[in-house]
Amino acid sequence: MADTMHFSLVSPERSLASMQVTEVLIPGAEGDLTAMPQHSPTITTLRPGVLRATGPEGVVEYVVTGGFAEISTDGVTVLAERAMARNDVSQDDFDSMVQEAAEAHGKARETFQNQPGPVDDAAKLLADMVAMGTHIGMSTKQSSL
Amino acid sequence: MPSLKDLKNRIVSVKSTRKITKAMQMVAAAKLRRAQEAAEAARPYAERFNAVMAGLAQSVQGSDTAPRLLAGTGADQVHLLVVMTSERGLCGGFNSSIVRKARARVQALLAQGKTVKILTVGKKGRDQLRRDYGAYLVGHVDMSEVKRLGYVNAQAVAKDVLDRFDAGDFDVCTIYFSQFVNVVTQIPTELQVIPATFEPAEESTLYDYEPSEEGILADLLPRNIATQIFTALLENAASEQGARMSAMDNATRNAGDMIDRLTIQYNRSRQAVITNELIEIISGAEAL
Repeated sequence: MADTMHFSLVSPERSLASMQVTEVLIPGAEGDLTAMPQHSPTITTLRPGVLRATGPEGVVEYVVTGGFAEISTDGVTVLAERAMARNDVSQDDFDSMVQEAAEAHGKARETFQNQPGPVDDAAKLLADMVAMGTHIGMSTKQSSL
Repeated sequence: MPSLKDLKNRIVSVKSTRKITKAMQMVAAAKLRRAQEAAEAARPYAERFNAVMAGLAQSVQGSDTAPRLLAGTGADQVHLLVVMTSERGLCGGFNSSIVRKARARVQALLAQGKTVKILTVGKKGRDQLRRDYGAYLVGHVDMSEVKRLGYVNAQAVAKDVLDRFDAGDFDVCTIYFSQFVNVVTQIPTELQVIPATFEPAEESTLYDYEPSEEGILADLLPRNIATQIFTALLENAASEQGARMSAMDNATRNAGDMIDRLTIQYNRSRQAVITNELIEIISGAEAL
């Protein structure tokens, strides 16, 4: 059994990581999942969260928002709409992400007043975003949240 | 016959023009390299995305639950053309060739009795289209403030398009941009993004989907529009710099030729003046 697989993380603007890993923790939309070599082929969408890749050289963590992960027989490919190494995320970056989510939530509430679906989705996105902030040790400035 | 002084002035002015075009060419070359790198860096994402989408699209195709972004609205009456051009001129036929392509399409659609709406990205295309099709322009995205093209810019355009689609403003959306091949070749291209079209996937691995296939598709289709627009914008940026580089290279060479011609003319007329003076002196001496 192969003990490592290929892992690559790409954002629309550039490729952030391409390396051999033993396991990847993916923040899936339906819950976290860990992919190891020989995982059955899966495609899952992402929620905002922390992605952790464990390789022979140690653990690397990235903050990702939106996108999807493709687990195939050759490895794991994560296509994230926004991705940053965890240590590079500044408070400003985080604030702008939260604000964006908050705006989307506000807009969804206005547009779909009596339809719970889209509003709940936006609320979940916002909650995920805030939870991610707590996870990486950042607080939200906005008191309204 | 221009005087010596006039010729001298012209040579000086053409020389300074050549300096400017030479500088612009070098700036364009540097920018082109960066634009190409950006386009290169974005390629893996777009390729993977497209491959996954193609697989997904194939499996839902034909089912009644296919999202509207994929299946279309069922009508084909109102067309939205997104024409992407540059913010600056002096780049050869770059903008004109994109506009020409879009214009041909507009004419074909109007001839079929369809309704046309045009959304322009970049000032130059809007200026060219406004003359003939001012009535069809429904919006404009200004990119002049954008220093470095980012995914956010593409998202803004995509959001504009999607908002219009959700509001039922159009049925079919096509984007116009220039595909970068190399410095001398850029191909104006049209690509239909709504309803989405995909190249058929070759391999089809059986995937588990989390959440359902439809759920993923609904989530990814809007992102796919943004990705396609982002790719188009990057291609466009590289094409623009490539076109400008070759246009400025031509201009520099033309200026050089012109300077050569003017210099010969200048030298000839100077020689003629000297000869004239000599003749005057000699005939004056002979008369004595």
